[in-house]
Amino acid sequence: MIRVFPFFLEAAWVTIQLAVLSGAMGLACGALGAAARLSRSPALRFAGAAYVSVIRGTPALIQVFILYFGGPQVGIQLDAFEAGVLALGFNIGAYMTETMRGAIISVDRGQTEAARTLGLSRFETFRSVTLPQALRLMIRPLGVNINALIKGTALVAAISVVELTYTAQRYIGSTYKPFEMFLLAGVLYMAIIYVTGLGVNWLDRRAALR
Amino acid sequence: MTDRPIIDIRHAAKSYGTLEVLKDISLQVKKGQIVAIIGPSGSGKSTLLRAINDLDPLTSGEVWLEDAQVNKKLPTRQYEAHINSVRQNIGMVFQHFNLFPHLNVRDNITLAPKMLKGISKAEADQLAVEQLNKVGLLDRIDYYPSQLSGGQKQRVAIARALAMKPKVMLFDEATSALDPELVEEVNLVMKQLAEEHMTMIIVTHEMGFAQDVCDRVLFMDQGVVVEEGPPEVIFKTPANERTKNFLRKHLKGQN
Amino acid sequence: MGLDFTVVPPFAGALLTGALWTIAITVSGAVLSFFGGIVFAVIALYAPLVVRLPFRLFAWLFMGTPLLLQLFLIYFGLIQIGVDLPAFVAGVIGLGLHFAVYNSDIIQAGIRAVDIGQYEGARTLGLSRLQTLRKVVVPQAIRSVVPPIGNNMIALLKDSALVSVIGVAELTLSSQMAISRTFRPFEFYVAAAACYYVINLGLEAGLRRIERRIQIAR
Repeated sequence: MIRVFPFFLEAAWVTIQLAVLSGAMGLACGALGAAARLSRSPALRFAGAAYVSVIRGTPALIQVFILYFGGPQVGIQLDAFEAGVLALGFNIGAYMTETMRGAIISVDRGQTEAARTLGLSRFETFRSVTLPQALRLMIRPLGVNINALIKGTALVAAISVVELTYTAQRYIGSTYKPFEMFLLAGVLYMAIIYVTGLGVNWLDRRAALR
Repeated sequence: MTDRPIIDIRHAAKSYGTLEVLKDISLQVKKGQIVAIIGPSGSGKSTLLRAINDLDPLTSGEVWLEDAQVNKKLPTRQYEAHINSVRQNIGMVFQHFNLFPHLNVRDNITLAPKMLKGISKAEADQLAVEQLNKVGLLDRIDYYPSQLSGGQKQRVAIARALAMKPKVMLFDEATSALDPELVEEVNLVMKQLAEEHMTMIIVTHEMGFAQDVCDRVLFMDQGVVVEEGPPEVIFKTPANERTKNFLRKHLKGQN
Repeated sequence: MGLDFTVVPPFAGALLTGALWTIAITVSGAVLSFFGGIVFAVIALYAPLVVRLPFRLFAWLFMGTPLLLQLFLIYFGLIQIGVDLPAFVAGVIGLGLHFAVYNSDIIQAGIRAVDIGQYEGARTLGLSRLQTLRKVVVPQAIRSVVPPIGNNMIALLKDSALVSVIGVAELTLSSQMAISRTFRPFEFYVAAAACYYVINLGLEAGLRRIERRIQIAR
């Protein structure tokens, strides 16, 4: 166990990088997707809805495979880590789109009406009245998305990115201590999730103070 | 008919921490008797009623159903079997009906008989028809509770309790949650039961009903039975000042 | 190298077989996760502490780790200690247990939300604790939790792709086998994605019908 620990730690660092990078990309995709879904243009609304529907209607693993193995056929050459980050980010972005959209539309209509009757424009109303309230509402559900993403990073083990699950699998299959190896990886995952949870709580508390 | 009571409550007391909700109450109810318990809210009348089938266990004192002690101290598993068989003989009707929303009227009525009395589905259905006939709701046998009015729900709840052929029926403010125009249909069913000499203990706010239907009235306040007697005495010539005050307020509202 | 989707139709039969296996594993996993979820919920709420505590640890582990890791443990790990499960069985157990833990959380909340009057109504009729639970509380809890459990089943369908990694010849692995013959990953993965999308639409429609049926029956 002590002998393999450094390998697990190294792998956990890869998992963290995957989660941070694809999480950031997911937030960007989510913001764009939510903006598209709530826009006044039917074409953008359709594009947003299609993005969410297709991504959420198909397995993330297939999405990773299309980008990594299929990418070269359409001129996209990526290494496994890059492909993993992009596919995971694009995937979680679809879920975050729905989270963000849900938070925005759950801000009371009365708030918008009040702001508009004060003479604020549609954009000003959104920026200074709706969005600040929606941001607060979306912190926790986005935290749930991030939690799913952290566990979801495991599937890039299938394209041989040497992250935590890939490493654990190698030792689960080769040592005679499968449960110990599972536990070791499990504890590291839960540590990452725990720390992320602390961050989400902190953000949520800070947002609630205002 | 023997003089032995069906329900015998001996020195019932109950407290939550330092708050005493029942203080040394004794009450005997004989077969065929109809007893009303009246009193302000928080007087302990519902708690007393719910102690009769050990839904709210007493802190001390005994409750007997004929020759069985309801609140016998037993190890958990034995107590479970004991209380379940006792409760089959005590029907209870609640303020908020507590019908099972996922079952239609028929299944609400037949669930317990089928499970506990081992009767066939056909017999159970026949039982449902009989009981629904009694409460005048045979045409609602396939309805779900959400499709019924409050008065109809309560009549079904009464039918459900009657289907177990209980020796005594407890009514815990059966009409308090109903719209005023729906109270009468439930009262009618209860009157009909009274005419059939069902033993009943009724916690109620309806003084008129208590006066018309009951043989005995108990007035409770602050965990004690302040006064009890036949309705004509309690309602016309109450002895206790607290009873008088309570009745003055409540009879005014009703008449 | 351009895209050429005409390579797909010759493998339509193989993909269809894979799709049927995907459906089979999804249905088996969903059934296991549903009943497992009920059992776990009842354990978490009512079992004695000696049962509840180990169960909590198990639930905590399964909720905090990736499904893929769990599949590896069940398939490759159990072989190490002499339990050689067929891949399909290992896949169903992995998917089923993983989602049973999530369903258990939902069902627990559903059970807690059942009105206390329902317990009293059943208990005053003389029903035992277990009878009350089985006939009155759980059926009502199930109704209120159908939509979130349905979402879990949709997630389960998509996660069933992961069992390709332990060698179950479902849709994903079938497309990989076609790719190894044609070297056309893009076309076949897109075709597989399309199949999943269609199965997903079917599943969503089915769940909506169940939800509607339940709405009527209350």
